[in-house]
Amino acid sequence: MDILLLLVPLSVGLVLVVLAALYWAVDRGQFDDVDREGERILHDD
Amino acid sequence: MQQRQEPGSPSRAIYEDTVVRQLAIMAVVWGVVGMAVGVVIAAQLTWPQLNFDIPWLSYGRLRPLHTNAVIFAFGGCALMATSFHVVQRTCQVPLFAPGLASFVFWGWQAIIVAAAISLPMGFTRGKEYAELEWPITIAIAVVWVAYAIVFFGTIARRNVRHIYVANWFYGAFIIAVALLHIVNGASMPAGWMKSYSVYAGVQDAMVQWWYGHNAVGFFLTAGFLGMMYYYIPKQAERPVYSYRLSIVHFWALIFTYMWAGPHHLHYTALPDWTQSLGMVFSLILLAPSWGGMINGVMTLSGAWHKLRTDPVLRFLIVALSFYGMSTFEGPMMSIKTVNALSHYTDWGIAHVHSGALGWVGFITMGSLYYLIPRLYSRTSMYSMQAVELHFWISTVGVVLYIAAMWIAGVMQGLMWRSINPDGTLAYTFVEGVKATLPFYVVRLTGGLLYLGGMLLMAWNVWMTVMSGRSARAPVPALAASHA
Repeated sequence: MDILLLLVPLSVGLVLVVLAALYWAVDRGQFDDVDREGERILHDD
Repeated sequence: MQQRQEPGSPSRAIYEDTVVRQLAIMAVVWGVVGMAVGVVIAAQLTWPQLNFDIPWLSYGRLRPLHTNAVIFAFGGCALMATSFHVVQRTCQVPLFAPGLASFVFWGWQAIIVAAAISLPMGFTRGKEYAELEWPITIAIAVVWVAYAIVFFGTIARRNVRHIYVANWFYGAFIIAVALLHIVNGASMPAGWMKSYSVYAGVQDAMVQWWYGHNAVGFFLTAGFLGMMYYYIPKQAERPVYSYRLSIVHFWALIFTYMWAGPHHLHYTALPDWTQSLGMVFSLILLAPSWGGMINGVMTLSGAWHKLRTDPVLRFLIVALSFYGMSTFEGPMMSIKTVNALSHYTDWGIAHVHSGALGWVGFITMGSLYYLIPRLYSRTSMYSMQAVELHFWISTVGVVLYIAAMWIAGVMQGLMWRSINPDGTLAYTFVEGVKATLPFYVVRLTGGLLYLGGMLLMAWNVWMTVMSGRSARAPVPALAASHA
């Protein structure tokens, strides 16, 4: 099952990318005012 | 930055909707084509004489034409159209690099045509949902990179600080598909339209189903959840039920989906521990999937009465019901003991089509029924009665399809494992095939109804476009949208 030597690191790498993206989002205030964001799209045009 | 200006008002830019119009129309066209091929192959399974001994019309060659057309042509154009529409409206900025967006449209159509020609000619890599030979595979990668640049470039220069949840789903879908496509597409060319996978045997199978299941999870699920999260609130005129839940289940979903692939390979040469891993993650996946379903359905909280009068909303909500059903059925089928019965039977076909016709099809139809009129300066489709009729015809079609295949699938599984007291098989394989015939007739009927609904939609879209005019929607002024 040598292919796991590719797939597992690839999937773990992807998880790390996902965690990095989550960290970036929280850090940049993406989730600070969540209650308003759902409403906002109803007023975009 | 270059933005098209509305004449007479020099400070107002216009949204780039030409490419959205092009993609939305082609989504409908390819929907009809893909579903028509589906009806042809369903008829061929029922009456094999319909192969006519002509290689270009043979079932083996037309089946991948059907799957590629409905997933990548119909589904792909719908995802591209809606993602380009949603990212502009939620970021309050025109598309980044509109010329590149145009390349994405034309490039994607060229790829679809190449598929429509090469697959009936028999050129295939033999990998499910990845049949297209290596030159087309490379073209897909090029167009996909362009798509990513346009989409993420638009987000990068957004005028709204917060990135609306639908864009997270679309973004995850774009990135994941790029990764999956490149890894599973890796092959050694051995001629202009012939190649060999760089992987072999059960290792190739593992890569293939890591790809295959993530194609379902990211292309057919995450992407369309992005669609759902914009068009249901817009059509229902209510915000998403729980914005918090949308964020939580998004991260849970994209993490978990990557590991579910082995459930396609239960009781094969794949190691037991890998099969069990796939099974466990598939079961866990039920939770974040239902998070999305509940969130979308409950958006109607306080507005259920709209379902009585609004067929577009009905498409969108019923889509979520099928989504919930399929994302319950899938984890159940991932359980090894259940899979021992269901694998290789028509139960798999039932499951695929409840997800494809029920979830993907309906959410796309509902979203396009919202989007297309507005792209042509109208508030609704040319005929709401046609939308209503489409809904009922297609719903009956889906139910006939999946019920027939459920019964056939379980019957096949039971017949195949039936053993006489002396240990011999009770039924020959061909007896199972014979017993399946009536269910293939019912399935064909269901598929014909679904195709009929799609043709009705095509007519309605045509009339809507003819009676409207291309909208030139101004981007709202910066003012209060700056958060």
